[in-house]
Amino acid sequence: MVVERTLRILIGKPGLDGHDRGAKVVARALRDAGMEVIYTGLRQTPEMIVEAALQEDVDAIGLSILSGAHLPLMERVTALLKEEDMGDMPIFLGGIIPDEDVPQLKALGVTAVFGPGSSIDEIVTFVQESAARG
Amino acid sequence: MDDLIEGVLNGRSRAIARLITLVENDEQAAETAVRQLHAHTGKAHVVGVTGPPGCGKSTLVNELAKAFRRQDRRVGIIAVDPSSPFTGGAILGDRVRMADLAGDRGIFIRSLASRGNLGGLSQATTAVIKILDAAGFDIILVETVGAGQSEVEIAATAHTTLVVEAPGMGDDIQSFKAGILEIADILVVNKADRPSAARTVQSLELMLHLGDGGSTRHHGRLLHNQAERDAETENGRWQVPVKSTVALEGQGVAELAAAVVAHRQFMEQNSEWQTREQERSRREIEMILQARLWQRLRASVSELEREQVITAVARRELDPYTAVNDLLRQITNGERS
Repeated sequence: MVVERTLRILIGKPGLDGHDRGAKVVARALRDAGMEVIYTGLRQTPEMIVEAALQEDVDAIGLSILSGAHLPLMERVTALLKEEDMGDMPIFLGGIIPDEDVPQLKALGVTAVFGPGSSIDEIVTFVQESAARG
Repeated sequence: MDDLIEGVLNGRSRAIARLITLVENDEQAAETAVRQLHAHTGKAHVVGVTGPPGCGKSTLVNELAKAFRRQDRRVGIIAVDPSSPFTGGAILGDRVRMADLAGDRGIFIRSLASRGNLGGLSQATTAVIKILDAAGFDIILVETVGAGQSEVEIAATAHTTLVVEAPGMGDDIQSFKAGILEIADILVVNKADRPSAARTVQSLELMLHLGDGGSTRHHGRLLHNQAERDAETENGRWQVPVKSTVALEGQGVAELAAAVVAHRQFMEQNSEWQTREQERSRREIEMILQARLWQRLRASVSELEREQVITAVARRELDPYTAVNDLLRQITNGERS
């Protein structure tokens, strides 16, 4: 039996920068696309993000990072996800992330990176497609 | 499914989370889960927290959870936020205020969207409570959507209902109105560091005492001190306390947690616990019955036929009662054939 399922997406900001406008814009867009967005807010540690993803049983994780600490943060997040048997979780990033870091992030398990200038529709479509696969 | 049930009974987070998702999305899964878990439930103290948007429910739940953890009780939290009536989407933001609780394996937080339910909870809330109860959580805090005056569903779902108010939200008359204030087992005035807090407490207390018939029973004297109230409670009547808190600073929270525990003790000593269990079960059966009737209707009368009936009512060719009687007859006929 095919059961229609509302997608649940975690949106949060790991690390110490306080610029949450981007995360809020994306959260709002996903909401308007009919998804349930678990918004965890600022200053999340990787442990908090993974714990929330586990308890909320989300279909994808979207993180906004403008602090420059994306590599160490994502190393930790992806390692913890694997520990909790959620290694195949789609993860998308936004914020300020230099192009040259993208291959390394993808190698860690990040599915997509949406920098400044990304269109909201593009992000929504990405989330719908990648999250629904799971 | 059996693996998930076993995982839940062993208190494993992943299994709890997965089963909640299943129960939220799939009526059949909900039935299977509840059938297997029901016998393992009935131990948890279900505490509802309701009140208007922005009065501090999430912050208070965060603080209460910490207080109960200090008593070494395992705490489950269900936080409900509204779904969009247009897109079905939702922003579930209660975790923002619960960051303190991260990393504690004795706490499990789940955010739920109301998904079209208007009573302040979501349809699946009762089943989710069962899952957390079966998983061994001692206290389950259920935070409703921001509630106005009449979202009273929580009272039939929880053993103890906290109604949270903030100062400065209207005059004395608000506190005399029927509805949400009547369902409180404990009234909480949060943000009690605000200037008008004392007046809010006063008008709530006055409302409670007038309801008591206090003036005759107590020789025109209002019961002002806690000792007098406790004495009343010992006589078998729960006296709804008004507790002041400043949740952001944790002020008054230990006293509030103590009042919650006192309410449970009171219920156990006065067979009130059984009464509430009776009411909770009654409500649960009614909800399932309602959902099942809808299901049967959809199964035995096609959407086209249902629309035709609706059109007939809209055109005044049929009255709504006759329409419903016809539909009900079709369900029962469908059963026989």
